[in-house]
Amino acid sequence: MATLLEDVGTNTLSHLDYVGSLNIQWWATLRAMGSALPFVGNRYRWRESVRQMLQIGVDALPMVALMAICSGFILALQGASELRRFGALYFVIDLVAVGFTRELGALLTAIAVSGRSGSAFAAEIGTMKVTEELDALKVMALEPMEFVLAPKYLAALISVPCLSIISNVFGILAGGLFMFFSTHLMPGLYLHYVLTSIQLRDVLTGLIKSVVFATIIAHVGCLEGLRVRGGPDSVGRSTTSAVVKSTFLVIVADAVFTAIFYFTVKS
Amino acid sequence: MAIISIRDLVVEYDGRRILDGLNLDIERGETMVLLGGSGSGKSTLLRHIIGLERPKSGSITVNGIDIARCSASELKKLRRSIGVAFQSAALFNSLSIKDNVALTLREHTALAPSIIELIVWMKLAVVGLADFGKLHPQELSGGMKKRAAVARAMALDPEILVFDEPSAGLDPIVAAELDELIVLLKEAFHMTVIVVTHELPSAFRIADRIAMLHKGTFSSVGTKDQIRASDNPRVRQFLDRVPDNAAKAPAVAAYFEKYLHTPEAHL
Repeated sequence: MATLLEDVGTNTLSHLDYVGSLNIQWWATLRAMGSALPFVGNRYRWRESVRQMLQIGVDALPMVALMAICSGFILALQGASELRRFGALYFVIDLVAVGFTRELGALLTAIAVSGRSGSAFAAEIGTMKVTEELDALKVMALEPMEFVLAPKYLAALISVPCLSIISNVFGILAGGLFMFFSTHLMPGLYLHYVLTSIQLRDVLTGLIKSVVFATIIAHVGCLEGLRVRGGPDSVGRSTTSAVVKSTFLVIVADAVFTAIFYFTVKS
Repeated sequence: MAIISIRDLVVEYDGRRILDGLNLDIERGETMVLLGGSGSGKSTLLRHIIGLERPKSGSITVNGIDIARCSASELKKLRRSIGVAFQSAALFNSLSIKDNVALTLREHTALAPSIIELIVWMKLAVVGLADFGKLHPQELSGGMKKRAAVARAMALDPEILVFDEPSAGLDPIVAAELDELIVLLKEAFHMTVIVVTHELPSAFRIADRIAMLHKGTFSSVGTKDQIRASDNPRVRQFLDRVPDNAAKAPAVAAYFEKYLHTPEAHL
């Protein structure tokens, strides 16, 4: 019994330590973000931020688009098979449009970015730690928070919401294709129904979620990289850990924010 | 007056004492070699001298500023007067050699790009890499990487130049070339040089004084001749390459005798 309590206590403290470290890192990165901004910041950091945006956003575009199209089809097919029984096939449009703008667009994007970029952040920073590059930055009087973390966070904050919007568009497009082939609903009319079914708050809640997801992915990836101890095997472990932890935390955050929006934003 | 003064330095990791009350003065313009075996604490001492870690107690004064107690801004200012060439070179793989050397000049000075370009070329020329500036670290040999790291460490013309295991992983010819480079830099630029090594030929070639570390304390500190003539048992053991725990032939024979009588030996 004592051992069980000890284990529970140790695990709780370790998880609290992790969340605390994430918060400290988030705050430190926010303070360093000024240097990564265009015009007011350091131009080399802004250049690095743009490079990161290309890697996180542009390079992930085909994958996110394809995932959104497949998910849009799945949602429309599954919805249609039930709604058809009640003669309410046209509600598939609401299902896909609202489902994507509020939920699936941001979530699918977060899962794709977590797998691609979260792991890349952990591997890059972990390797920098193992090869003493982070120490080299410190002895050159350069702050790793400002030099390495801030451009990545800024890039994620801009790229992930943009990808979420693109994901919404492709998901809804897939719903439109389904409706066209199953009921011969014309694209113009489909777009009209989509615009009537979604409201501004659906888009906004989706975007707020995507900003939160971007924060989680960037910070978990960077923290796992900074926590690397020892040699290259440790980099591999931190990369896996970054994907697992950020995906888990994204889903937990999604549940929390969905509940908050459900209870606070009334239709 | 000493440029670096170490007083009663104590370092502990997880309750294990690594450095135990060290005292040392490094004079301006001298080459001090920190010599010692694996695990003697020489790299730990170096990390404390360059301010990467803070000690449990004691002080390290560099140019009159106590590194262990100074503010973050003072430490940042102090670090600009120290150049460090790491054991692994720690060059930034995403940047070319030229950009690695230019990094601190771009970050800490307001020099025009053309002047920075000129300084970078001069630093690379000093270490014999003037024609390799456009290459990336992964395209260089081990010896060239170390020389590039020296060029980067010298970028801001520091008062103190620090080398962590400069000969590690290099063949004897390249290691000797690097020794000659260290001697040349000291003579040409009148820098204070600190070198951590366990290579005896290298230490006796470059040192003005040698501090011999053993289990966290100095066994002996003196000029090359004083160290060569030392009758300190630890110094003699190190210089004469006498093993600590030689394998005892009877014990090995007894082990195999015992093994031959076990069932596994007859499988």
